[in-house]
Amino acid sequence: MAIDNETVKRVATLAHLRIEDDKLNATKEEFNKILDFIEQLKEVDTSSVEPMFCVNGGEVPMREDVVTDGNLKEEILKNAPMQEFGYFAVPKVVE
Amino acid sequence: MTYTIKTAQNEWEIVCGLEIHCQIISKSKIFSGASTEFGDDANENVSFIDAGMPGMLPVLNKECVRQAVKTGLGLNAQINKYSVFSRKNYFYADQPNGYQITQYEYPIVGKGKVKIDLSDGSSKEIGITRIHIEQDAAKSIHDLNPKKSYIDFNRAGVGLMEIVTEPDFKSPEEVGAFLKKLRSIVRYLGTCDGNMDEGSMRCDASISVKIKGEQGMRERAEVKNVNSVKFAMQAVENEAKRQVEIYEQGGTIEQQTRQFDQTTGQTKFLRLKEYADDYRYFPEPDLPPLYLSDDYIENIRQEMVELPDAKKERFIKDFGLTAYDAEILTESRQTADFFEKAAKGHEGKKVANWILGDLFASLNANKLTLEQSPVTPEMIGELVDLIETNVISGKIGKDVFVHMWQSKKMPSQIIEEKGLKQVTDTGAIEALIDSVLKENTANVEAYHNGKTNLFGFFVGQVMKVSKGSANPQMVNEILKKKLG
Repeated sequence: MAIDNETVKRVATLAHLRIEDDKLNATKEEFNKILDFIEQLKEVDTSSVEPMFCVNGGEVPMREDVVTDGNLKEEILKNAPMQEFGYFAVPKVVE
Repeated sequence: MTYTIKTAQNEWEIVCGLEIHCQIISKSKIFSGASTEFGDDANENVSFIDAGMPGMLPVLNKECVRQAVKTGLGLNAQINKYSVFSRKNYFYADQPNGYQITQYEYPIVGKGKVKIDLSDGSSKEIGITRIHIEQDAAKSIHDLNPKKSYIDFNRAGVGLMEIVTEPDFKSPEEVGAFLKKLRSIVRYLGTCDGNMDEGSMRCDASISVKIKGEQGMRERAEVKNVNSVKFAMQAVENEAKRQVEIYEQGGTIEQQTRQFDQTTGQTKFLRLKEYADDYRYFPEPDLPPLYLSDDYIENIRQEMVELPDAKKERFIKDFGLTAYDAEILTESRQTADFFEKAAKGHEGKKVANWILGDLFASLNANKLTLEQSPVTPEMIGELVDLIETNVISGKIGKDVFVHMWQSKKMPSQIIEEKGLKQVTDTGAIEALIDSVLKENTANVEAYHNGKTNLFGFFVGQVMKVSKGSANPQMVNEILKKKLG
């Protein structure tokens, strides 16, 4: 699968990365190198292998439905660049 | 009854599917131990997991899984013994991780169906495509400051069930009937409180239109976050009309996301769906797959409560109710329980009439809920019996009801205290009639001379003298005999 400049731009937009136009070609090359490397996996026949969703295996551990956390308002807000009235304040999000 | 939009040129049909987000009822959040309490101070119920702090790991809440399975069974759906969590990647201020943990290819609940009843007496099945569980996002408040948005993370991480339907809806009425039915089911099950105005149940509608008989589907618009049944119906109706108008003027519809405007009832453009919906899902590395055993699912099945459809059928069969009455009485579990308690050992149809008539009218007039009602099921049951056994007339029953409402006393006590007992003693009624006839000799003569419509006058007089307590039927019979 070869990546073109349009795809690079699109992925960058989705990932909120700014890639200047003069870096597009270089990024595309890198991208393709990585994908080529991963392509090697296709040499293995996996048609009879169940997909693996988790490297650790096993089942998801579960907890009881008990309130054990919270009341950390001060700590939670400590790193906020801006806070007002106990809320995180962010530049207006206009849909 | 087919719903279409008729224009000079064409007849258009609606094609609509819904996605409903239901907040799961649980004490703590789906992946953290913070409280799910609604209405607490901003950011009080937030753990480091909910705030997306580096290194924090999610741990799945048992109860959220259980509630989703229950809901799946309530919607007659396939429960998947194997499901997988995924990351849905997007950047937004309400999601500090930059992704939402949800389920994608392998949801916990698969295909199901829900029966809806329509106003013309017909019913229809709506297909459920799937239910998956996921975490809710934080709540953004846009109207407190003109330059900033405020974010409250109390809601972030509360468990959600996203219920997706097939595009089976062909009219606004069907959409409304389904939402009401779904709300009633989740409330019966206790899996979601169904309060659309508080946002614990939120509805997105995908709407497209096509010319009657046309094959395939046209582009659709998705209307987001509609927060009442009425608004959902309005949104579907108006969005379909808008699309028809555009097509008829030679235009095209692009796939897009729209917003419902409560003040105008119209939908307005939000964004095109090109980049926005590329969420680059991948399996959530922090959570291994979820396996459910047959025993586990079977146990939940055993604990299922009787749902509205089954209850409705039973009420019709056991109490002789009409489908309409049974529908209203089973819409909420509280009402159904109230009715059943009141109807136990009494005339069910009559009990239903009192509840749906006088009781509901009084509750409405006083803005009270059924839980706050001063009139208990026992009172209604007794009242019905007293009328059935002719201790009081139906008319006096109405007065007794008013006294019950005011004094919270049992009807038998009220009748005793106020002397309202119906006179069914032939001798006593004869005496009353005799006295009335004696005082109205002129009218009696007129009656005998052919003015037979005076009969009603005599009945009225007797009832008046008895202060309404004489049995009207007996008065009629005896009076007829006396007047010859």
